[in-house]
Parts: sequence; structure tokens; C-alpha cells
Amino acid sequence: MKDESPYLIELQGMTKTFPGVLANDAVDLKIKPGEVHALLGENGAGKSTLVKMIYGILKPDSGTILYNGKHVEIDTPAHARDLGIAMVFQHFSLFDSLSVVENISLGLNKAVDLKKLAEEITEVSERYGLPLDPYRHVYTLSVGERQRIEIIRCLLLEPKLLVMDEPTSVLTPQEVKKLFLTLNRLAEEGLAILYISHKLDEIKELCHHATILRLGKRVGTVNIDEESTSSLAMMMMGEELEKIERQQTISAGEVRLKVDNLTLPAMDSTGISLNNIDLEVRAGEVVGIAGVAGNGQDELLKALNGEESCPKNSCIIIENQHAGKLRPNARRRAGLASVPEKRLGHGAIPDMDLVDNAFMTGFQRMGLLAKGLINYPKTRTFARKVISDFAVKTSGARGVPAKSLSGGNLQKFIIGRELTQQPEILIVSQPTWGVDAGATQTIRQSLRELAAQGAAVLVISQDLDELMEMSDRIGAICGGRLSLFYPTPEMTVEKVGLLMAGVSLEEGELNVA
Amino acid sequence: MWPRLVQRQIPSRAMVYLSPVLALFLSLLAGVVLFIIMGVSPLAALHAFFIEPLSTSYGIAELGVKATPLILIGVALSLGFKAGVWNIGAEGQLIMGGLCGGAVALYFYGHDGFHIIPLMFLAGISGGCAWAAIVAFLRVRFNANEILTSLMLSYVAGLFLNLMVHGPLKDPDGFNFPESRQFSDSALLPILFEGTRVHIGAIIALLAVGLGWIILSRTLLGYQIKVAGSAPAACEHAGFSSSKIIWTTLLLGGGMAGLAGTIEVSGPIGQLLPNISPGYGFTAIIVAYVGRLHPLGVLFAGLLLALTYLGGETAQILLNLPVAVTGVFQGLLLFFLLACDVLINYRIQFGQPALAVEKN
Amino acid sequence: MDLLLPAMLTIITAATPLLFAALGEMITEKSGVLNLGLEGMMIMGAITGFVAVHLSGSVTVAILASILAGVFMAAIFALFVLKFHASQVPTGLALTIFGIGLSALVGQSMIGIAYNGIPTISIPLLSKIPVLGALLFEHDFLVYLSIAMVVAIHYFLNKTRAGLILRAVGDSHDAAHAMGYSVVKIRFMAILFGGAMAGLGGAYLSLAYSPLWVEQMTAGRGWIALALVVFACWRTGRVLLGAYLFGGISILQLHAQALGIGIPSQVMSMLPYLATIFVLVIISRDIAKIKLNAPASLGRAFHPSR
Repeated sequence: MKDESPYLIELQGMTKTFPGVLANDAVDLKIKPGEVHALLGENGAGKSTLVKMIYGILKPDSGTILYNGKHVEIDTPAHARDLGIAMVFQHFSLFDSLSVVENISLGLNKAVDLKKLAEEITEVSERYGLPLDPYRHVYTLSVGERQRIEIIRCLLLEPKLLVMDEPTSVLTPQEVKKLFLTLNRLAEEGLAILYISHKLDEIKELCHHATILRLGKRVGTVNIDEESTSSLAMMMMGEELEKIERQQTISAGEVRLKVDNLTLPAMDSTGISLNNIDLEVRAGEVVGIAGVAGNGQDELLKALNGEESCPKNSCIIIENQHAGKLRPNARRRAGLASVPEKRLGHGAIPDMDLVDNAFMTGFQRMGLLAKGLINYPKTRTFARKVISDFAVKTSGARGVPAKSLSGGNLQKFIIGRELTQQPEILIVSQPTWGVDAGATQTIRQSLRELAAQGAAVLVISQDLDELMEMSDRIGAICGGRLSLFYPTPEMTVEKVGLLMAGVSLEEGELNVA
Repeated sequence: MWPRLVQRQIPSRAMVYLSPVLALFLSLLAGVVLFIIMGVSPLAALHAFFIEPLSTSYGIAELGVKATPLILIGVALSLGFKAGVWNIGAEGQLIMGGLCGGAVALYFYGHDGFHIIPLMFLAGISGGCAWAAIVAFLRVRFNANEILTSLMLSYVAGLFLNLMVHGPLKDPDGFNFPESRQFSDSALLPILFEGTRVHIGAIIALLAVGLGWIILSRTLLGYQIKVAGSAPAACEHAGFSSSKIIWTTLLLGGGMAGLAGTIEVSGPIGQLLPNISPGYGFTAIIVAYVGRLHPLGVLFAGLLLALTYLGGETAQILLNLPVAVTGVFQGLLLFFLLACDVLINYRIQFGQPALAVEKN
Repeated sequence: MDLLLPAMLTIITAATPLLFAALGEMITEKSGVLNLGLEGMMIMGAITGFVAVHLSGSVTVAILASILAGVFMAAIFALFVLKFHASQVPTGLALTIFGIGLSALVGQSMIGIAYNGIPTISIPLLSKIPVLGALLFEHDFLVYLSIAMVVAIHYFLNKTRAGLILRAVGDSHDAAHAMGYSVVKIRFMAILFGGAMAGLGGAYLSLAYSPLWVEQMTAGRGWIALALVVFACWRTGRVLLGAYLFGGISILQLHAQALGIGIPSQVMSMLPYLATIFVLVIISRDIAKIKLNAPASLGRAFHPSR
């Protein structure tokens, strides 16, 4: 065991199994101080499992960790922190009703004087370009600002290794650039960074080396400069990334869905108000709305599908019918279907089986109700059709609660349930979030087919790549306001990023800091 | 190594039916311990509680009499609880319903006619509904917690009844006792079986069970109730109005409780007293739970808990046991049921699990 | 003036049990747990204290016994909710039903027995101040304790790390768990504390408020205390205000009769309950305010992710 090792941390042969799944299969990883190392892989490749073992949340079944050349067993996150390993999770552990300084103090191993801590926070935040007011309550902060809390919390520990799990999924392109400046600065000061992502463009820009995982195995460790995004993608997917042929759009037909100057005040202090929303979706087209989480997507979906009532009936027009005051089922009758962002608990009922879940939105258009009594045989047939048409993997339609399905399969079921009803308008929010590659293909394909058959499809998504690929026209939502929409072929990621940040493109080219 | 609770992949159907049985068994065990502490022969006490009351046909009939209000209210409460609407004030709704029904009976004092009892029922149901409507209104309009409002109204109802029998409804020939006149025969419920106190309320209770079952299993309302209680946001997405569900379940609960109250005053009691219920409205909560929030289960649970009432009375007569034992036993039953219900979603695991498990 | 002093003293007497119970429940709810068994815990505290003072003659023993009774009842609740993952609402109801029944059983043998009440402690010098002295500084130990608890709890919640952790758990049990805090342990202690305070509230009823044991002695005070916590928006100072407000209302009945106001006693007795409903409505309609002040994880079951 050499004491002098060029590597800060070395993982050798890390293996971890869960019931039915080999999450990590003898994975190796090496990072030097000052190196920005990417951990690359698709959803389900085993990245999260690996870093959880580094951070002491999971115990490996077998494998060794060498830290500064010495063999270590990392038992708890506190132990990891003591070693100098800090982690910024994808899902923040923050307390909304408490202030920034209170939140950070809770993450420390012992009690500290809050005033002193606030001063330290201010100092670190200024030094690294992460502006943050220590006394603000978290619920008033945007998602990007909340991430700063997590980062500053880590930096206060003066870590040697910083692990970041998909940090840019909640940022606008401009905020991503700012973050990269900070990370580069930290790397120059000697901090090793382990950067988990599946976004190849970012990795190309930021990272020095990459370890690629596929289905639990390490398929390669490369020097980024020697690779291209397509070679990285090849290693990640195992095959040539199929360039999806953009379908020739039927020159879009009549307007199926129109939103006219919709303004909807927020329900409470944590919600977002919608302001002067104007939108048109025509038959045969896919319209994409980009935007970072927390800018009113949820509110917009609820205003469109009827869960929230609009101030004026004329605010929403479905197939030339005023629908602003119609409830969800009336809108379904008129032809509007929707798929919310949250699957369990909103789009599907976790404790009920797929037959009951099929009934949930399908009972009107599929005629499952007769004289107030439920037609169960017909409902079962409907459920089974959805399951087979959309390749939903489940142990059965009856008696198996929806929560036992995997995320991808549940999403296939929910989207399949709506598509089988042949809606004239479909609104989908975050269609492939957290879904494996195979199901993602199925879902995107079905949405395109629906549009090709003449329906109007509106996709709200945080995944810019997805929107750029799928949509005919693209715009963005920011702070409850919609930007103008532009034909997708004319747009670039940078321009959409501007829209996501609330900047209008009409004022000429803007210099993005 | 303590046994651990491990979550099941799929909830156990067997335990859904076994749990109340297991709970009953454990309650009996606890009862035995209690009797021993109290210095009473456990066998004698159990016998007095559970076997003795059923040893005569009159006893079995009495079971039906006591079970009727429990089942009526229990069915309605089970629908509400399933929807996540916590009507804890059924006792107050029962009192107001009984008061209204009794007031109608007193209005027709000395008169005859087939119209009297149906009018009493109508009044009783309306009274209970109105009392529950207050709760529904406050919940829907002001978001006021229905547990607390319905409970507070229970206390108010009890005091109001007390006020009425001390004042306006007092029997003028009754030596100033706080009670109303005894109802005339036309206002008393007809007896179904000679020599017993079983009245047509029992039939209504059975009808309620059947109706409740159909509603819950086959109708859209039943589906809405299940979804509302299981996933409120999904309920919104499905387009079901949560206000409608709240109103419907509360009015059902109030109406049934009011009906039960009227049945009590025009059946077994025959007049208005300061106290017209030994806590049926509260015991019905236990009945609903032990009945698994299902109308058929409520039927059996209602009979079981009616038995505990009879048993308590019998034990008092035979063994001088305080009536309060009934309350303790009912509480224990609910506790053990909640404990046994755990086994529906979790199973007990002894020793170390085979695979490495996530810490924390 | 002659009537005012005794009237105000009775307000304090009526408020104290509410204050104890509401403070305890507030701590429990701050950790994210809704304990509807407050009434059951209070009444067990009441009967236990009464029996203890009868058997031992010592007030101190009685108070300790009441606390233990409350803690015991709370421990049952904690076991079901934290270990068995039972739903909080029916478990709390079960605790109340059980507590009322058990206290009635134990109290059977106590009916008719009288107890003269806790001795008053006069604070030297301060109690000699005219008017204010008698009002503020001549009370029994429990009244002083209740006020001291208000100060202590306020300090605990806002100035100590433990209090911060408690608030964090109530805000998001998932985040607290992810940070390595034992949500179960913290909630357990919060629930037991709530039980201890409920026991104290009950003790006050049977030892100081009324000389006799009466079945159902708490008469819904536990439920009123629950409403008080909502009214106070989970803030210590407002719990104090609310308890005294309600104390005043419930005492009106006695004094109205003395002043010859002709409202029937039953109606006066209704006032505390009606006032509770009124207050609940006022506070609850401001959904935004409730969302801001109520512990976000209140009443929701904690399932540590696998």
C-alpha cells in the first residue's frame, strides 16, 4: 500500500446488488486532486449507486476504496464528510420554513454560532460567485438559488472531493455557464470534482476525464479531449445514437387549443402566478415549452386541464368552445387529455390497481359507466389493452398496486391510457423524466404518432434536448410568463436558454455573461 | 435480535380479513389480564360478557336492538372515513336527530295516524343532516378541520338536548324531572317480534348495509370516495369535486346518525331524556374501523360491539363489574385492530436479512 | 373591584390545564405528529393524580404520577404510530376512547372522595403588592410551572440547536432523515413530552381545579387544546394568549350566574365549544397562513426510502 499516490480516491472492484438487480459490477474509478471527472451513463446505469457508496449511504457488497493511498471503509455520510468528501444531491435536503443559515447549520456535525456562520456563508458565496443572503427563508428562493445553498454547504467543509449528481437539470443554460466558472475555479484550487451527468455537451465543456457506466459495468475510462460527443454516446448507449428523423409535419391544421390572455394568481406563497399567457396549438403539431422547474409549469397544466378554474370562460378555447370554467371531465369530453409531471399521487393512484387507474380518466370517453354503475369487465378490457399496446411490464392488471411498477412502466401506462382514448389535444408534462432509455423511445414515438394523426400535442419539459428533437415550435416559461414561440429548426440551445431566463429574443442579440 | 417489520411488495389480502379476528383474540387476552388485575375470575367474566347475553332469545334480540344504531351510523361513517372525511361528531348528529324526531312525536302527542312515524323519521334525518351540514360548510368554505368542529358540535348538541328537556319539552305532569312526556303509541316504533324490543329499525339497518355495499363497490360515488381517501391530488386530476365528496359523506353520516337517534327515542327509550345514547356515535367509529370500512364488515363489527354493551350490563348485574369495563374493552379492540393492520402492509422478519441492506 | 379579582383568578385556574396540554401538543406537532389522543392523556393524568394524592397524601407524588401517566399513554401512541406505522388519526382516537374508559374504570372507586386542593405558594415580598400581588404571585406550583414552561419552550424552539432540529423534522422528515437525524427518535421524544404536559394539565384539573373526581372530567378540554394549537399558529406566545382567552370564556358561565344574567347554564356551557369553532374558522380560512406556519410534515407518515 503506497502512501504516496497521485490519486485522491481510488475505487477498485465496487460491486453492489439489490433484490433482482446488479447495480454495480466490479466498477473501478480513479480521481486526482484538481481533476474534474465525469461519471457518465444513462438512467439506470448505476451512477447513483456508486456515489452513494462513496458517500457512505450504501455499503458495497465487495470492493476497495483507497483514499490518499490508504484503505478506508466509509460507514456514514458523517464519516465521508470527515474524510473531506462532500456531495450535492440531485434532490435537495432543504427545510423550506427555515433560513439559509439555519439550513446549513443543520448540515454541520456540531452546533455553531449562527451569526458567525452567516458571515462565513457570505464570504464563501462572494468568493465563488454564488450570491446568497443567509437570512432568507428557503421557500422564497428559486431552484438555482437553492442549489447554491447545497454547494456552499459543501464548500464550508473545505472538501477535497466534491461529488455533484446531475446538477444542471434544474438550471438555465446561462446558470449552467456560471456554475461551470465556479467549478473550474475550485478545480484550479485543487478540489477534485466527480460530476455525474448524462449530458454530453456539458461534459465535453467541463470535464477532463470520464468513466462510462452501462448497465452496472464500467465500459471505459477516457480522456475527454480525445473523444467526441458521438463517441461518448456510443460508449454510453452501446450503439450508434439513432438520429431520429424529424417527421415531415403536415402543415399544421386548425387551432385546437387556444389560450387567450390567461392570468391566474398563485394559490399561496409557494405557488407561481400565471401572467398574460397566450398560446396556440394546432392540429398535427407538437409544441414544446421549455423551462426550469418551478416557473409555473404545474400551474399552467392545471389551468389547461381544468384542475384550476380560469377567471374567464374565454381564457381557454378547446375546439372553438369556451372552456375556461369547465371542470376536467368536461374538458376531457371536449377532447383534451393531460399527463401531469407527478406520476404517483397525481397522474395515477398509488394504492389502487391498474384497472382502477384506467377507469380514473377513461370512464367517460371509453363508456365505462352505465346508469351510475361501473362496468368492470369493460374497464378491465381497457386496462389490458393499454398494458399490451404500450408494453407495460407488470405482474397483472388486477390486485397489483400502481406503486409497484417501475417509473418507466408506470409512465408508459399513464401516457398509454390517455393515448388510447384518442384525444384531440394532449398536454404532457415531463414525459420522460426518470424513465429508462427503452421506455423513453416508446413514449416519444407515441407522442409523434399522435400528432401525425392530427392531434394537437403540447409538451412541457425540462429536457431541452428532448424538446429540440420532438417539437415543431418551441418556447419557454419563466416566472409564470410564456415567451414567444419559434419554429424549432431556427432555434439553438442558447436562444432557448435566453427564453428560459425570461429574456426576449426580439430585442436583438444579447451578450450572455 | 428483535424481529423487524419489512414492507411487503403487495399488500396481503389474507391479513385484511384475518386482522379483525386476530385483534379480537388479542383483546380477549388483554381482557383476561384486566379481569385478573381486578380480582375477578377471568372465565366467569368472559362468560358474563360474551356468552351469557346470547343465552336467551331475548338476549339475541337485544343484540339486534343495540346493534341497529351502531350499524346505521357505522355504514355511513365507513364511507366518510374511506374518503378521508373524519366525522367524529356523529354522537352530536344523533342527538340532534333524536331531538327533532322526538319533538315531532311530542307535537303529535295524543294523536293517531300512520303519518306520524314517517314524519318523525324525516325530522330526525333532517336534524342530523343539518347538524352535519354545519361541519361540511365550515370545512368546504373555511377549510376548518372537521374533526374538531364536529366534536365541538357534539358537546353543544348534548347541552342543547339538556336545555330542551329541562325547559320547553319537559313533561308538564312529570314532577319536574328533566324528561319529556312518554310518546303515545302512534309515535312508538312497531315491534317486529313479540316479546322482544326488536323494531323495524333493524330492517332499515340491514338495508343500509346493502345500499352501502352497492354504493361502495359499483357506483361512481363509491369510486370517488376511494380515490379521495387514497390520493387527493389524483382525485382532482380525475375531475372529482372534493367539496361534493365532503358534503355527500358528511350529510350521509349526519342523516344516518339522526335516523339512529330518532329510532332510539321512538324505540327502546320511548321519550326524550337528557341522555339518549350511551355513546353510540363514538362507538360507531370503532365499528367502522373494526368493520374494515366496508359495509359488510360493519354489520359484523356492529354485532360484536353491541355484544360488548350487553356484556357490560350483564357483567355488572352478575359480577358487580363497573360498566366502564365496556369502554376499556372497546378502546382495546380498536388499538389491537390498528396494530394487527400493520401486518397487511408489512411482515415480520426474524434475524438478519440475506442480502446487504441499505443503512439508515 | 371586589368581584374582579376573584374573576381574574378563576380565569387563570381555567386557563392553566389548557395551557399545559396545548404547549405539549404544540411540541408534538412541531415534530410533525398529530396526536388526537390529548383528551385521553389528560384524563388519565387527572385520575392518576387524584388516586396518587389520595393514597400518598403528597402533592409532589401526585404530580409526578400524573406526568408518568401522560407519558405512558403517549408511549402507546408513539409505539403504534412510529413503530407500527399506524395511521395517526384513528390511533389518536383510540387513545382517547381507551383513556376515557380506563380512567372511568379506575375512577369508580374514587367517586365521592374529596381532596382539598394544592397549597398555594406565595412569593415573598412580591405577593404583598396591592392587587397585582394577589393576582400574579399567590398561586400554586402548577400555575407558576405553566408560565415557566411558556418561557422555556420559547427559548428551546428559537434559541437552541435541539429546537432547530425539532423544527426541521417537522418541516421535512425526508430531508432531516437524509441529513442523518433520527426522525423516529426525535418524534418519540416530542410525543412523550406532549404526554407529560397533558398529564400535568390533567393533574391540575383533579388537584387544583375541582375537589372531586367526576367522570369525563376533562369535558373536551383536550380537544379545545388541539384547536388552541391551530389558533396559535404553532407559536408559543399565542398559545398562552389563546389559553387565557378560552379560560376566560369558560369561566363566564359561573360569573354570569353570579351577576344575575338570565341565560340558561347550558347555553353558557356551550360558549367554550362555540368559541373554539369560531376561532378555528377564523384561522383556517387563511390557507396561506396555515401553510406557512403549520409544520409541513404534520400528520404525514414517515417512510424512510429504501
